[in-house]
Amino acid sequence: MKRLDFLKATGSLGLFIVFPVFPAFQEPEKIPARLAGYPKDVNAYLKISPDGRVGCFVGKVEMGQGNMTALSMLAAEELDVPLERVDILMGDTDLCPWDGGTWGSLSVWQFGPVLRGAAAEARAILVQMAAERLGVVAARLQVKDGVVSVVGDASRHVSYGELVEGRRIERHLQDVKVKSVTQFTLVGKDAPRMDGRLKVTGAAKYSADIVPPGTLHACLLRPPAHGAMLLSVDVAEAEKVAGVKVIQNGDLTAVLHARPDVAREALSRVKAQYQPSPSTLDDRTIFEHLLKAAPPAKELVAKGSIPIGEARSEHSLEATYLNSYVAHAPLEPHTAVAEWEKGRLTVWASTQAPFPLRGQLAQALGLSPKEVRVITPFLGGGFGGKGIAPQALEAARLARLAGYPVQVAWSRKEEFFLDTFRPAALVKIRSGLDKGGRIAFWEHHVYCAGEAEAETVYDIPHQRILSSGGWMGGNPPGLHPFGIGPWRAPAANTNVYARESHMDALAAKAGMDPLAFRLKHLKNPRMIAVLHAVEKAFGWTPKPAPSGRGVGVACADHRDTLVAAMAEVAVDKKSGEVKVKRVVLAQDMGVVVNPDGARQQMEGCITMGLGYALSEEVRFKDGKVLDQNFDTYRIPRFSQVPEIQTIFIENPSLPAQGGGEPAIVVMGALIANAIHDALGVQMLQLPMTPERVRKALHP
Amino acid sequence: MAKTVSFTLNGNKVSVETDGTRMLAYVLRSDLGLTGTKIGCGEGLCGACTVLLDGEAVRSCSTPLESVAGRSVLTIEGLERNGALHPVQQAFLSHSAYQCGFCTPGMILGACALLKKTPHPDRRQVAEALEGNLCRCGTHVRILAAVQEAAGKGGAL
Repeated sequence: MKRLDFLKATGSLGLFIVFPVFPAFQEPEKIPARLAGYPKDVNAYLKISPDGRVGCFVGKVEMGQGNMTALSMLAAEELDVPLERVDILMGDTDLCPWDGGTWGSLSVWQFGPVLRGAAAEARAILVQMAAERLGVVAARLQVKDGVVSVVGDASRHVSYGELVEGRRIERHLQDVKVKSVTQFTLVGKDAPRMDGRLKVTGAAKYSADIVPPGTLHACLLRPPAHGAMLLSVDVAEAEKVAGVKVIQNGDLTAVLHARPDVAREALSRVKAQYQPSPSTLDDRTIFEHLLKAAPPAKELVAKGSIPIGEARSEHSLEATYLNSYVAHAPLEPHTAVAEWEKGRLTVWASTQAPFPLRGQLAQALGLSPKEVRVITPFLGGGFGGKGIAPQALEAARLARLAGYPVQVAWSRKEEFFLDTFRPAALVKIRSGLDKGGRIAFWEHHVYCAGEAEAETVYDIPHQRILSSGGWMGGNPPGLHPFGIGPWRAPAANTNVYARESHMDALAAKAGMDPLAFRLKHLKNPRMIAVLHAVEKAFGWTPKPAPSGRGVGVACADHRDTLVAAMAEVAVDKKSGEVKVKRVVLAQDMGVVVNPDGARQQMEGCITMGLGYALSEEVRFKDGKVLDQNFDTYRIPRFSQVPEIQTIFIENPSLPAQGGGEPAIVVMGALIANAIHDALGVQMLQLPMTPERVRKALHP
Repeated sequence: MAKTVSFTLNGNKVSVETDGTRMLAYVLRSDLGLTGTKIGCGEGLCGACTVLLDGEAVRSCSTPLESVAGRSVLTIEGLERNGALHPVQQAFLSHSAYQCGFCTPGMILGACALLKKTPHPDRRQVAEALEGNLCRCGTHVRILAAVQEAAGKGGAL
């Protein structure tokens, strides 16, 4: 049996540990080299104050997902200090170690081991220093609450604060071991969020709350449609507003004022004429266009032979699954504040990627990265949409031109116009059932979403998986009428919706209960265990769909976090309204660092997922985004929220995996399958609006 | 046109000299430096800017400053009493009923307004009262539980 610790396992990303291998005793293991790009020096991550408080420095950002708490827990765990003694500073490019960006559920999964390694090394150095100070061998020492003492003679002790005296740790140790799961005292237990008090008192600072003295608020002229060309602009009326400054420079026309609302009102006085957008696409014609214009297919899987599978099929089934463009719609719009001081630029920005942003700003402004500091206050949500932060460059350019600090806070309308939407996408699936009711072949071709989770989790002998284009780019110009980008669990939502919907259609064709049909095609014992866990908690009674009950199941493997969910819906056949009554979701994410934090992410995924499943889609026409605020773009509200139950599969043999995204990927199919069970109709397009449900019932 | 508007803000008298048609949210944040009130949509559609006006929840981004003259405004900054959290704040804290925190001040004040009128709401009444307060992170189930817990602990103002 292979010995494990989650550092080592995470260091080799492909390592797969079969559930439920849980060694009775785990030896700690060596720390591997830190992931490329992350500094090796422990001082980059940790500073110990004379009073024993631990400063923890992290280049990631807190946007609600709770990584501030989970990462602090990992540092406290390895250092053996109480969590309350850790002060974490995040997302400041002058003070924090480099990081590639906060997305992809990477904070705990990928960066966690880096921070643990640094903390474990720091602890070992401190113990070594204590050994010298106390005149005993390190093996005779123990650490509790940041105090090193002699085992059996606790009167001989020295604290971390006394050892370091606020200085840097001028040593380096190799081959230091991190704790094994069985040694954890903090990790695995619920911890209160460290941002709580700030957030319930309104003291938490977001970018728009940063206002250096003399700040001007800038509102920028935007075209009415994507692709519309500015012909002429008249700023005379805007300039008449007292205290207004108008800046026109290259592609920028901005109205600035010391008060943001006055600037916004003055902008409405700018008269601009545009040549209309050449785009003729709208949210109905887009799918035909995407099919025609998508780049050539890349083959992701070719297993067995599709013709052989076809020959063995008694029944075949073919369907196309669509999903619309979806907005990130964080409650905090993109915001940045820029201040120049002696040629050096400081930008406070709502960005998920402070270090990449620093590089982009330096390049665009002709500076060296050292001349740019990006500071990331709290983010009011990100969901992938703040991976890019063009407002930061707008603020920096305007601040340089104005000679004052400048804040750019996009309005909600700008947020809907400039967002990089989750791409509209199609998935075509062809499949066949053999005479034993097993899937004989499976062909999945995804257009314009991307590759994530296009591969099936099921054991199918003959498969072909293809992907044409995606959110990551490489698309022909004009494929999409506006910007697209990663949206919480990019591509996976699209692919899982199609796959898991199609599984239900096949189960119905085979006359089988949808859970039993899935289990019949699964080999992965972890996935089987997750499905059984949700089955038990939900109280699933097997019946082929449609049973009229309105219950559904779906499962997914999101980068080794396994998810299975069941839901119960009520559908008003007359109005087409779908009410999700209950969702039970089980997750195997390996070691769970902060269970309550992980539950918050699971609940958030379920709730947010209701939106793309039932109501969210961006309407557009001729380059214009028709949804401009929350009146027509409907994100989930209290009345829609179901009863939610979340379950963890205990799996300490697997290192901590990501938890911010996995649970959302099942939501489309989960609700589609429950609707199918209620009504006997397949929902082939997301979102499943009342209109589409009525249309499915009465084609 | 600039004029002087006086009102009570978090228990203290304030006077602001500005255009009285400007919306309260911007005056609070920009002129008075109270940034706990958030602006999420600017059109009264998301609830992030919710404050209490004479105890009623209003959208401060759509409330003209002049309309609050002589009245009492309570923002999230004014909810603590002698350094102690209000029961609704305490309940949000103990349930971790927030994630990004941007909607939180508006949610808490919306809940306070509800509990003043309906001291013991059921889950459905909480949902109805907060229907116009949007949360993108999906913390709804926790907010529902937090508000009900606060109700049990005398969360009315």
